[in-house]
Amino acid sequence: MKNPFLNNEHELIRQSIREFAEKEIAPLAYQLDRDEKFSPYLTKRMGEMGLFGMCIPQEYGGQGLDSLSFIIALEEIARVDSSQAGILSVHNSLGIDPIFNLGTQEQKEKYLSDLCSGNQIWAFALTEPNSGSDSRNSITKAEDIGEYWKINGSKTFITNGNTSITRGVTLQTVTGINNGKKEFSTIIVEKGTKGFSAETIHDKMMWRATNTSQLYFNDCLVPKENILGSKGNGSKIMLKSLDSGKLGISAIGVGLAQGAYEMALNYAKNRKQFGKSISNHQAISFKLADMHMKIELARTMLYKACWLKDNNQRFSIEAAMCKLYSSEIAKEVADEAVQIHGGYGLIKEYPIERFYRDQRMLQIGEGTSEIQRIIISKYIGCITK
Amino acid sequence: MKILVCISSVPDTTTKISFTNNSTEFDKSGVQFVINPNDEFGLTKALQLKEANPGSTVSVIHVGSATSDPIIRKALAIGADDAIRINTEAVDALQVANEISVYVKANPFDLIITGKESIDHNGAIVPHALAEILGIPSVSPCIGLEIDGTLAKLTGIVDGGKEEFSASLPVVVGGQKGIVEERDLRIPNMRGIMQARSKPLNIVTASGSASSQKIANFDAPTPKAACKMVDANNMEELVNLLQNEAKVI
Ligand SMILES: Cc1cc2nc3c(=O)[nH]c(=O)nc-3n(C[C@H](O)[C@H](O)[C@H](O)COP(=O)(O)OP(=O)(O)OC[C@H]3O[C@@H](n4cnc5c(N)ncnc54)[C@H](O)[C@@H]3O)c2cc1C
Repeated sequence: MKNPFLNNEHELIRQSIREFAEKEIAPLAYQLDRDEKFSPYLTKRMGEMGLFGMCIPQEYGGQGLDSLSFIIALEEIARVDSSQAGILSVHNSLGIDPIFNLGTQEQKEKYLSDLCSGNQIWAFALTEPNSGSDSRNSITKAEDIGEYWKINGSKTFITNGNTSITRGVTLQTVTGINNGKKEFSTIIVEKGTKGFSAETIHDKMMWRATNTSQLYFNDCLVPKENILGSKGNGSKIMLKSLDSGKLGISAIGVGLAQGAYEMALNYAKNRKQFGKSISNHQAISFKLADMHMKIELARTMLYKACWLKDNNQRFSIEAAMCKLYSSEIAKEVADEAVQIHGGYGLIKEYPIERFYRDQRMLQIGEGTSEIQRIIISKYIGCITK
Repeated sequence: MKILVCISSVPDTTTKISFTNNSTEFDKSGVQFVINPNDEFGLTKALQLKEANPGSTVSVIHVGSATSDPIIRKALAIGADDAIRINTEAVDALQVANEISVYVKANPFDLIITGKESIDHNGAIVPHALAEILGIPSVSPCIGLEIDGTLAKLTGIVDGGKEEFSASLPVVVGGQKGIVEERDLRIPNMRGIMQARSKPLNIVTASGSASSQKIANFDAPTPKAACKMVDANNMEELVNLLQNEAKVI
């Protein structure tokens, strides 16, 4: 179906990444999921395809494409494997982009080329054991001690935080109190800095080929110039990054749903019961029709939000709606796709089983569905202070 | 070495074929067009030769309208240096060969690679016709191509075997799988797609070569009948079906 937001180049990007994902990611997805393994090899290959830093200029190792191109890339990767899409989304939206948007010339030159090539990856650490949705309740603090920041605290659920190729992390810290309000700043901490350690969280239900980790900071000293942006700007940076991150999660939802739908459609056409393909039973064909419709709606809304972003207009509310809607239809589509597979849908041999688990991340990561509804409620004037 | 790769635009291999206008035209609506797979093998070979012979260039040429520009951009994104589109509908093989020959006479190349055939009409005429018009040798289908100075070493296919040729450049080669392998095919990366934006795509006015072919009408083959499975031990049923249902014995 022709989409008015797409040009020929977007179509070529989609075709190329689809081919890459099917040839190179799909054959490894089952095993990486089973063994709970992060693959530096696939990260490197995504780098060689030019998927990291897609929207930052070529002089920094990026590609200079629009954000819609990046969203298409995420969709196509998630169509075969959510884990790789998760790595891509976090590394780009929360790793590379904030360094490019706010970093000093020195910081950009120091980090971006290795991050864009896929030789190294980056993490973004906001969540703490006692502050998830309520991120302002975080307590990890950075004290100004002259030449250094002295950091103490811990972060949890951090994607890309503890792999063999992790270069560092953008860390949300409290740097003081102004008029009784916490002042937040983001600070770059490189892996290997004394006082910074990480531990991988195991036995996840979903995104099993991504690394999720706990980070600890114990009198960790980092040079003053490691601040990203200016002191006190941390909340703004976080919110802005998360708006883009939400578009990323939305794209993963659309891509995952597309993959699940295609599997279900294919299965339904080939599986015969009561003398005909089950796709000829109306109860099944209506499910597939609904799936197709929901995906098309979610995708069109997502492309509209990208259009706003690419045209330098506000897109926070659209990002919240996209994130909420795509992640919820991904759940519905994956669930019905399992139903259409019958018993086979519950066996790991069929990838739909992995899709069913992976979709569960999307209603929680980068702001839960409830938090998105709060954002939208406030926007339409329901919740007053 | 200057290499020219001729690419045609064909329906994606999964396309369901149907006809319009009283079955005199192929129905293009909703059809995804791709680079003819045989041409893609040839293009990949051309890029390998370019890399092995520094200073070489790879141009792609297509006879067709602007609707084919996406596949031309893809060829550029894969690595061709520039592209030529002869701006006229491609009607038949001889017309296409004539149009390309007019361009090549004015802009000589050392090596011209086509596909052995397009996978839509499967005519397998363009490589031979083009070589004939240009008065140079051709090998098609070709499953091996090496360049040694000004000599091309070529492997062709004959029934039950292979043929080895050598010819002085320029030659026309009709590529297919074997000239490179499937695993050698290249997926455009983002850098290639960006670079393709600024590579030249020259639109050339057609010389107006006449086409000699007219389509009376198209017919789709009758669909295959459903297949019945008979248990290997049930000879009686097999004989019964062959005799009474299929009526072949
Ligand atoms: C695999 C994985 C990867 C992650 N990667 C990262 C990362 O890279 N960086 C990072 O910083 N974080 C990351 N996170 C953390 C993620 O962003 C948080 O899990 C998420 O924001 C929710 O926080 P929480 O888990 O503490 O849940 P809570 O905030 O405790 O929420 C629990 C429940 O209460 C609901 N709730 C909370 N407040 C309200 C309210 N006011 N009104 C109504 N309902 C409410 C929530 O919606 C939810 O249903 C990751 C999480 C996972 C699982």
